[in-house]
Amino acid sequence: MLTALSILTDGLAYAAYLFIIAIGLTLIFGVMKILNVAHGSFYAFGAYGAATAVGIYFNGHDWNAAGGFLFMVIAGMAIGLVLGLVLERGILRWVYGKDEVIVVLVTYAVFLILEDLVVLIWGAQSYPAYQPLVAAGSIDLGDLVLSNYDIVLVVLAALLAVGSSWALRFTRYGRLLTTVIFDREIAAAFGINVTVVYTVTFLIGAMLGALSGAVMAPKISVTLGIGVEVIVLAFAVVAIGGMGSIEGALVGALIVGICRAAAVHLVPQIELFVIYGVMAAVLIVRPYGLFVRAQPRKI
Amino acid sequence: MANRSQIIGGLAFAAAAVAAPFLPDWVVSLATIAFANALVVLGLIVLWRAGLVSFGQALYYCLGGYVVALIARWTGFTDAFVLVLLGGIVGGIVAFILGFLIARYREIFFAMLSLALSMILYGVLVKTESLGSTDGFSVLTPTFIGYAPHRDALNLALYWLTLGICAFSALGVGAYFRTIAGALAAPVRDNEIRVEFLGVSVSHVIHVKVVIAGILGGLGGGLAALAIGHVDPNMAYWTTSGSFMFVAILAGAGSVAAAFVGSLLFEGVRSFAADTMPQFWQMILGTALLVTILFVPEGLGSLLLRLRRRKARPS
Repeated sequence: MLTALSILTDGLAYAAYLFIIAIGLTLIFGVMKILNVAHGSFYAFGAYGAATAVGIYFNGHDWNAAGGFLFMVIAGMAIGLVLGLVLERGILRWVYGKDEVIVVLVTYAVFLILEDLVVLIWGAQSYPAYQPLVAAGSIDLGDLVLSNYDIVLVVLAALLAVGSSWALRFTRYGRLLTTVIFDREIAAAFGINVTVVYTVTFLIGAMLGALSGAVMAPKISVTLGIGVEVIVLAFAVVAIGGMGSIEGALVGALIVGICRAAAVHLVPQIELFVIYGVMAAVLIVRPYGLFVRAQPRKI
Repeated sequence: MANRSQIIGGLAFAAAAVAAPFLPDWVVSLATIAFANALVVLGLIVLWRAGLVSFGQALYYCLGGYVVALIARWTGFTDAFVLVLLGGIVGGIVAFILGFLIARYREIFFAMLSLALSMILYGVLVKTESLGSTDGFSVLTPTFIGYAPHRDALNLALYWLTLGICAFSALGVGAYFRTIAGALAAPVRDNEIRVEFLGVSVSHVIHVKVVIAGILGGLGGGLAALAIGHVDPNMAYWTTSGSFMFVAILAGAGSVAAAFVGSLLFEGVRSFAADTMPQFWQMILGTALLVTILFVPEGLGSLLLRLRRRKARPS
């Protein structure tokens, strides 16, 4: 019973983390049809930025921990904003309209460049940023110990899920996005400025990527190579749910989160295998993921 | 035309083979690994011609490497020819089985599924403690039909073996490109429904390409395992696939030779950069890839073709 409960809570916490990473990736793919490998770099930059911010805020000061959390998140997202703007305006806008797989390779090239840029800026050492995690404390439920920080993450993920689907359905910009997702050319013909929509979407996606890095910074050791690991995980989540679908990313994150937690508690040897095994299994049955309908082939 | 490029290719291989004893040792080792990797790249080019990008070719590379290493470890059998051949065969068989699945996918979905499959192998290997988990294990020193060289002689023998397998593969792939199935790659890329209206099964054509790429990946992995003397799960990680894809894009799908020249260039620049400025290595890679895609989308091999065409038509 305790194992089942801890699988559920660990799974939920992990799913929240995965969803926060994946939502930016799936948003960018849905609107722009770009599978953005550089999303891993957004995550890494967000995490490094947050760790630096935590270092500044908590070092030698006795300020409020909640303020530190806020400062950390804002610092991460600001970095994401700048990085996204440079990327989209500087590089990606030149490759719009090229083959999808070519654009993947372009973002892969950007990812490689940014990996080294991280080392140039922050050096090779790792940055601890555990203060917000420690300050948040934990709740004991009998034998089960829940970290308050995990609860904050789950709430944040839920807010993002509800907020994004609300924004897509009920705001003006959300409606515009839906139109562009449905058919880019018709949307342009109706007078929607697709270029601006693209830029704004990419910026939101980049900020979400950096946000995921920022909120994860206290839970992990911020060190080299975190982007490399995260991006394939995010791919798995997004591929399971269906690329471009936010509900899909949510369900994908839950599936991967619970499966991984179950594996960790029951058969730790298959932890990694399970994630990609589930991804392959879903893709075999539904090539386009759970929440995306098959596209008709065009002649 | 085809004959001429075969002759040039043959001469190039012969020159590379003859030159080896006069080259410094490290050049020979570097070229061995570069040519072993070039086999994997050649497989990617076969797929790329049909518009397919595999972000999981490291699966076959790793399989080939582990097959070679494991057979030598379990049975003590160390003949390089047989081991590498077995690596290729296992790569081919696995590609054949996975092909039934993967040949149904295109574009980004093909890339994602192949990525998932290679990450499954990585996940399994990382957690298999009897195979050294993330550390991997070392490969026994190979023999060549009873001949058991050491050090420099071993390096040379491996180099010649790699060259020989590369020459055969280059010939084979060149011949395949001239068959009807090979020539159908570009039409499949442009419009596969029309190809089906011609009465050809596109998924069958792609299945064959997947198997060819799998065999080449297995051979390359087996050779690399022998040359490096060590195998570890990173051979299956997605960044390994990424660097193969990188060379393929840089070289371009235009010709078979491009895979070998591209891979040699890649390994050369890598060892140079690792020596002088390791912190900029990925940045150099990324920039080169960006510049290639933006300005020479057909790959560097196309520059040569362009030059030749200009010569053929003096204005």
